[in-house]
Amino acid sequence: MVSLAQTYFIEVVTIILYCLLIFVPLLLGVVMALYADRKIWAAVQKRRGPNVVGPYGLLQVPADGLKFIFKEIILPDGSDKTVFLIAPIITLALSIAAWAVVPVQAGVVLANINVGILYIFAISSLGVYGILMAGWSSNSKYPFFGALRSAAQMVSYEVSIGFVIITVLLCVGSLNLTEIVMAQDTMWFFIPLFPMFIVFFISALAETNRPPFDLPEAESELVAGYQTEYSGMPFVLFMFGEYINILLMCAMTTILFLGGWLPPIDIYPLNAVPGFIWFLLKVTFVFYLFAMVKAFVPRYRYDQLMRLGWKVFLPLSLFAVVVTSSILFFFNLAPGM
Amino acid sequence: MKIINFLKSFFLLDFLKAFYLAQKYFFRKKATINYPFEKGKLSPRFRGEHALRRYPSGEERCIGCKLCEAVCPAQAITIETQPRDDGTRRTLRYDIDMVKCIYCGLCEESCPVDAIVQGPNFEFTTETRKELYYTKEKLLENGDRWETVIAENLEADAKYR
Repeated sequence: MVSLAQTYFIEVVTIILYCLLIFVPLLLGVVMALYADRKIWAAVQKRRGPNVVGPYGLLQVPADGLKFIFKEIILPDGSDKTVFLIAPIITLALSIAAWAVVPVQAGVVLANINVGILYIFAISSLGVYGILMAGWSSNSKYPFFGALRSAAQMVSYEVSIGFVIITVLLCVGSLNLTEIVMAQDTMWFFIPLFPMFIVFFISALAETNRPPFDLPEAESELVAGYQTEYSGMPFVLFMFGEYINILLMCAMTTILFLGGWLPPIDIYPLNAVPGFIWFLLKVTFVFYLFAMVKAFVPRYRYDQLMRLGWKVFLPLSLFAVVVTSSILFFFNLAPGM
Repeated sequence: MKIINFLKSFFLLDFLKAFYLAQKYFFRKKATINYPFEKGKLSPRFRGEHALRRYPSGEERCIGCKLCEAVCPAQAITIETQPRDDGTRRTLRYDIDMVKCIYCGLCEESCPVDAIVQGPNFEFTTETRKELYYTKEKLLENGDRWETVIAENLEADAKYR
């Protein structure tokens, strides 16, 4: 007979294994993303990028990480120490938590919950707390302004992201991420919903504080924004959180518009490839777009950023919701009706 | 005009153009070199680390005229001289503070016997400030080490002087 303690022990080990199952590939993904980011940026500027540490410079990012681990963690005198240290942990934890519902292949998902998209949306909204706490607890000007900007930016672009997601949901009739992908087996959503795909992509850039919307950490104005006072491990946590968020947004673009793990055409050599490879390829492609945009687009001014969010994207996506739902209603295409 | 501009921004034309351009540059030949493993070409006139040269007989060239000390705009050179037993004047001390030096090349130009020269070496970083205070021994040693290259460079540049 299995004792109670033993059951709990097995339970705990399983949970830890699940955590590792999501954390280790993500860690590798972030390392590769950071490397790819730097390499692509360098290539566009005709530079070589990291190429000394390890073959083709592949070990540059782990080396940087190691350097950060051995650096001193500086706690500013006037800072609220507890909040200061909790903030990066929150950012990282939330960005990892969101990955629990991301399906990489049919049935390969940690938690196949029916409100997957809502969960991701909620978690990424919470992400702003980490940044706000960091900016506030640093008790310094630049981090504070960075945090304010970041909060305002994330809130405004989340609205249009929400409407874009609603248009997709109208076409699917389910909040389950796996079903959203399965609904695209005839046609990926980026074809019928192309304008929404663009809006989502640009909003994703703003949501993850990527250039051209990297105002919260605009180095020419705010040093490094909310990360200014951070050093050593907390800084790495922020960095990781940020890049995991970027990968999450790439994955979301893939799932919502690029057909997740589905092959481009359902014919023999293509559909024999395992689904997660298609998923990885698509995520890599979207990340490539992210990195390229970083390389050639100048930074937005703050009022332009707000204008784009509230005066262009919000009406546009709202209009798209109305149009999509009307078409679906009048042609009796709406699923589940 | 306004409508055209609106359409341009609405269809992200500038963005697409920039993307195309960036993609084109992505595959261009790299402008940078693989520095520590591959080095750029240096002119024979390159003004790098200083060196004191010797005659082929092994006798040091410097005659202690102090022209370089006088011309040095950063006052980085310190010289003390004394007549030697054979009656010639030689330096007792010949120090260059490499931290003060601005690498202008005036010392090399002023030298009547081509004793002090600036060689092609530019990789002489040290871990302490003290090591950058070059003494006569260090400079002569530099001269011995770089003599072939320095002689070649002086030869190549001689006709333009």
